[in-house]
Amino acid sequence: MRRYIARQLVQLVVVILGISLLAFAILHVLGDPVLLLLPQNAGKEEFERYRHLLGLDRPLYVQYWKFLSRAVLGDFGKSWYADTSAFKLVLERMPPTIYLTFAGLLVALLIALPLGILAALKRHSWLDSLCTAVAVAGQAAPIFWLGIMLIIVFAVRLRVLPASGYGTWQNFLMPAFCLGAALAPITMRLVRSGVIEVMSLEFIKTARAKGLAEPMVVVKHAFRNACIPVITVLGLQFGQLLGGAIITETVFAWPGVATLTVESIRNQDFPVVQCAVILLALLIVTVNLIVDLIVGFIDPRIRAGA
Amino acid sequence: MKAMSAPTKIELAEIGPARVEAPDFRRATLRRLLRLRWGLGAAGVLLLIVATSAFAPWMAPHDPLAVDIRHRLSPPAWMEGGTAQHPLGTDQVGRDLLARMMYGGRVSLVVGVGAVLIAATIGVSLGLGAGYFGGGTDWTIMTFVNVMLTFPFVLLALAVIAVLGPSLVNMIIVLGVAGWPIYARVVRAETLAIREREFVLAGRALGMSHLRIVARQIIPNLVSVIVVIATLQVAQVIILESFLSFLGLGIQPPTPAWGNMLGEGRLYMLNSWWIATFPGLAIFLTTLVINLMGNALRDWLDPHLKF
Repeated sequence: MRRYIARQLVQLVVVILGISLLAFAILHVLGDPVLLLLPQNAGKEEFERYRHLLGLDRPLYVQYWKFLSRAVLGDFGKSWYADTSAFKLVLERMPPTIYLTFAGLLVALLIALPLGILAALKRHSWLDSLCTAVAVAGQAAPIFWLGIMLIIVFAVRLRVLPASGYGTWQNFLMPAFCLGAALAPITMRLVRSGVIEVMSLEFIKTARAKGLAEPMVVVKHAFRNACIPVITVLGLQFGQLLGGAIITETVFAWPGVATLTVESIRNQDFPVVQCAVILLALLIVTVNLIVDLIVGFIDPRIRAGA
Repeated sequence: MKAMSAPTKIELAEIGPARVEAPDFRRATLRRLLRLRWGLGAAGVLLLIVATSAFAPWMAPHDPLAVDIRHRLSPPAWMEGGTAQHPLGTDQVGRDLLARMMYGGRVSLVVGVGAVLIAATIGVSLGLGAGYFGGGTDWTIMTFVNVMLTFPFVLLALAVIAVLGPSLVNMIIVLGVAGWPIYARVVRAETLAIREREFVLAGRALGMSHLRIVARQIIPNLVSVIVVIATLQVAQVIILESFLSFLGLGIQPPTPAWGNMLGEGRLYMLNSWWIATFPGLAIFLTTLVINLMGNALRDWLDPHLKF
């Protein structure tokens, strides 16, 4: 187990370094910050002076090292737009994003677990076909379009839910459903194939042979074992889930990190963009690590094989 | 692709009990055929979408950029106040929605195919390298793949577009460069398996060069996998392109693209639902038929394929 954790940690550090390099490169290699900071009519001397002031005339690796050593301490510089530190700005917007992500996950599970299990038990029935059809359609529907359709129906026509905003439980309904609907199809398929695989194993026959009622067999024996692949894939999909949350936020004007990032991109506020990108990556990597550890703990085969 | 051999005693013995499950097998075959039929239907619809986009200049009922303030925000033909002149209605400055959607398809399809070609080229080369050579090359490439895969693709594309500036070419490059890891991962896994097969070992023993083995013996065995992923990825790229355009970071107005039409329509959704609804339907339908086609293609090329 110790070697397994060590290996995961090494990978974590490599991934974080890689992402910080990406975030750094986006601003310093692809673009020129001074060009963005100074007015266009500024003189050449002005540019040089500013470049020196910001340390941009030094070699790239020196700049990267400086960027990294500050970032480790949570110092990503000041926002170029608002007069606060980028780190604080991003951190303040983190909770809404996390709540939305978990609400979406919850909705996805509420849809996917019962349907996936039913589809697996009634394999090749009309119910199974219907679930597959809905899943295929669900995978093709863009989240942002689904969100707008929900707003048109429930906020504009029926006037039962708020179109945007944050704070009450009503605000959560549409964004959470939107995000959940995007994640549900793949989760349902995983649950279905997991349950089908487990149901054909020996211990299910044993459970039945000893006279257990069928619901007991399904819930206590089949479902628990089918959970392992579902947890693994959901954990590894956390990045995609967060990506979905980013899209959902922009549709419902949710006050999370994503809206902040898009705003900052529009304002060319790069310290905030860099900070948001790195913190989100950190969050994803941490969740992945935790999932890996949990799964490795449950299933020793994975520990050995990874 | 399994090697055929004369049935041995054991295999013959296995045929007995297999007969009991014959109905299930027949059902599975039926399902496969049904899926293929779905795939063919989907391919037909896709062809229609491609044709209307490609021939938009000759088929569109109006100029997609022609402003007609008098008929602004006019609803679809079947609603009260709609005219047959604008079957799907008009937008906030009176441009014909149907015409704009036909032109908008061009952007989505070009970006989708362009980005997938770039992504597949990079991904297949790196995946081959990692799988064939193994060792340090493998470790480096796969670590890179892991970095890319943990990271939400949307965020990366947003950040890069923010610096490069939005344009059609930048969009293709960004989506292409960001989309390669999935090809690399699948190709690597397949290459690892093929590398150990007898015909490759025979080739090596006969003194074939690495380049020749990869080109003549490994790549031909990867074609079906790559075709299937590439098909499914076109749909993903179309959705992402639309999202970027929706945010105003992709194709810039007035050039019609499904994404920016949806984004503009969102501002008018209080009274004019059709502006946002139809372009979204176009994205939905296109990704749906591409997905159906990809699934059918997977069943047809290799029913055992899983990823």
